[in-house]
Amino acid sequence: MAEAFLTGTDAPTGVPLKRRLRRAERARQFKALALILPLLLFLLFTFLGPIAGMLWRSVDDWEVGKVLPHTVAALADWDGKDVPDEKAYAALADDIQAARAAGTIAIASKRLNYALNGFRTILASTARNLKAAPEPGTAKETLGKINPAWGERATWTAIKGASGPITSFYLLAALDLTRNVDGAIVAAPPDQAIYRDLFARTFTISFGVTVLCLILGFPVAYLLAALPPGRSNLLMIFVLLPFWTSLLVRTCAWIVLLQKEGVVNDSLRWLGIIDEPLRLIYNRFGVVVAMTHVLLPFMILPLYSSMKAISPAYMRAAASLGASPVTAFLRIYLPQTLPGIGAGCLLVFILALGYYITPALVGGAPDQMISYFIALYTTETVNWGLASALGAVLLFATLLLAAVYGKLVSGQQVTGGMKN
Amino acid sequence: MNGAPSLRTPSQRIAWTTTIVASTLVFFFLMAPILAIMPLSFSSGSYLTYPLPGLSLRWYEDFIGSPRWMMSLKNSMIIGVAATVLSMVLGTLAALGLAQWKSKFKPLVLAVVLSPVVVPGVITAVGLYFFFAPIGLTGSYLGLILAHTALATPFVVIPVSATLQSFDMNLARAAASLGASPLYAFRRVILPLILPGLASGALFAFATSFDEVIIVLFMAGPEQRTLPREMFSGMRENISPTITAAAVILTTVSVILLATLEGLRRRNERLKGNSA
Repeated sequence: MAEAFLTGTDAPTGVPLKRRLRRAERARQFKALALILPLLLFLLFTFLGPIAGMLWRSVDDWEVGKVLPHTVAALADWDGKDVPDEKAYAALADDIQAARAAGTIAIASKRLNYALNGFRTILASTARNLKAAPEPGTAKETLGKINPAWGERATWTAIKGASGPITSFYLLAALDLTRNVDGAIVAAPPDQAIYRDLFARTFTISFGVTVLCLILGFPVAYLLAALPPGRSNLLMIFVLLPFWTSLLVRTCAWIVLLQKEGVVNDSLRWLGIIDEPLRLIYNRFGVVVAMTHVLLPFMILPLYSSMKAISPAYMRAAASLGASPVTAFLRIYLPQTLPGIGAGCLLVFILALGYYITPALVGGAPDQMISYFIALYTTETVNWGLASALGAVLLFATLLLAAVYGKLVSGQQVTGGMKN
Repeated sequence: MNGAPSLRTPSQRIAWTTTIVASTLVFFFLMAPILAIMPLSFSSGSYLTYPLPGLSLRWYEDFIGSPRWMMSLKNSMIIGVAATVLSMVLGTLAALGLAQWKSKFKPLVLAVVLSPVVVPGVITAVGLYFFFAPIGLTGSYLGLILAHTALATPFVVIPVSATLQSFDMNLARAAASLGASPLYAFRRVILPLILPGLASGALFAFATSFDEVIIVLFMAGPEQRTLPREMFSGMRENISPTITAAAVILTTVSVILLATLEGLRRRNERLKGNSA
């Protein structure tokens, strides 16, 4: 009986109260989910899908399998120790003739040229010289006569390595790695190994900008937190106005200020400090100054909110216990601002990592960051695999740092615009 | 300086003075570029430096008279307003749902909803470029509006969620108990109370779209170039004073948005009756 009472099975309606409550709650949860769903579906189409597509492109390797299908099939059981047998040569001759007829040679040669420099020429000369009618002798002899490269193992390894459907080629290339003729992962040749330097440069610039933002932002945040609300609200405008001003406007302003015939150079010359205009822009200096200017509010705002939360009573208590102002600051105040410092630095660093517009406009060629190369490979040289692989590495770094940031500020409200 | 924290010792006074001097320099660093570029747009000469040879509105006339600049302004407005409306609808619904939804997946969903803020612009742009090109959405207003909506929605979800957190759900229950239908209760009780959150969400959303340039760089055809996009190409070449006029127009829009937002915040504080 007691059990029946507790579970409510003897309720007059026949349906236990507990179950009815649960059903009502489930309906409520269902309704809540139905409200979130439109946005999730929208983001799936306009954000998650596109990014997943980009990640897929960093491993996708369809070109050779599509253009030279029989060759790829013939190479499937090739052990890679010596040049493949006649079957593969015959398949290749067939594939090249078919591809020439279909006009798809260029698709495969572009991909194979990434794997082995000069492959474009090999394929082009072979396609040009391969006769439609079978010649005397084996396909191996015919192809070898047209281009001796067909007698080399590396040529075939390149085809096998690119036969798809997925490849680690682009991701390895993004990390300055490649596979040698035996399939082992080795360092890329020096003329192609530019990406570790690129990542190092991106990290160095981002780190430098973060440190500068911290140095410049700390006193401002301290002042804003220490002043009474009326005054600090007024001064806050000096932080919020640049924050809300378009990134393009601010970058434009720096070009106008720093260029050769710009405001700064003209003023310095007018003051007699310099004779020749200084080179202040289209170099690393310009990039760091402009990026620091753009990102500084992202440092000041979290610092300010962490300092605002520190009760002045702590400092008074420290002083009353005999701590000197310096000791009180270092031992009592500073440790309490650490969460704010951490949040601000991470935020600035994350945003700086992905910067594109500002370095593209105020930097020289040696100051371009990773985003610039992603854009370059997407729109100019059309190496989408490598663009996607670099994007994947940048995305991974960003999300990792963002996860740390999320842990750091969990519970705190995140506000502000992201501009890059 | 009055309003300063109690300063007893000389070293404290020195520290405070240093803070003020350093902060003043930083405020100068933050404001100077924006303030320096403005008068140049009113110059009568075509060199972007001081002293100004004279004042004129010729660069504004140039801006207004140029079909290219005017089209870009129009495009920015069309895309900005459309993206704001769309992100308001999606973001507000999602915020209402998130306020009631209890699930272990909630942090994950929240991370997904907010992720467009974190992901670098180039990655979003490249992904969209690959994804939208085969279905004919590059070089179209629709594609840009959809992309900007995705970027702007987090800026709607954040303030609306914050407002909903302080919203007393008992008010909705009271309305229901007095016979209001859910829709009527939303319109007459919930909506007026969360309106400040909605308004700041709309401002953030519009500002996000109005300022966005990377996606436009990748996806816009010549017909959809926005104001920042037009500025970007102008800055690639030689900077003409017309760009400074465009910059002043953009900044004016930003100031109006910021002032509205600040007004909303003040009103909200007044209504709450505290100064937190």
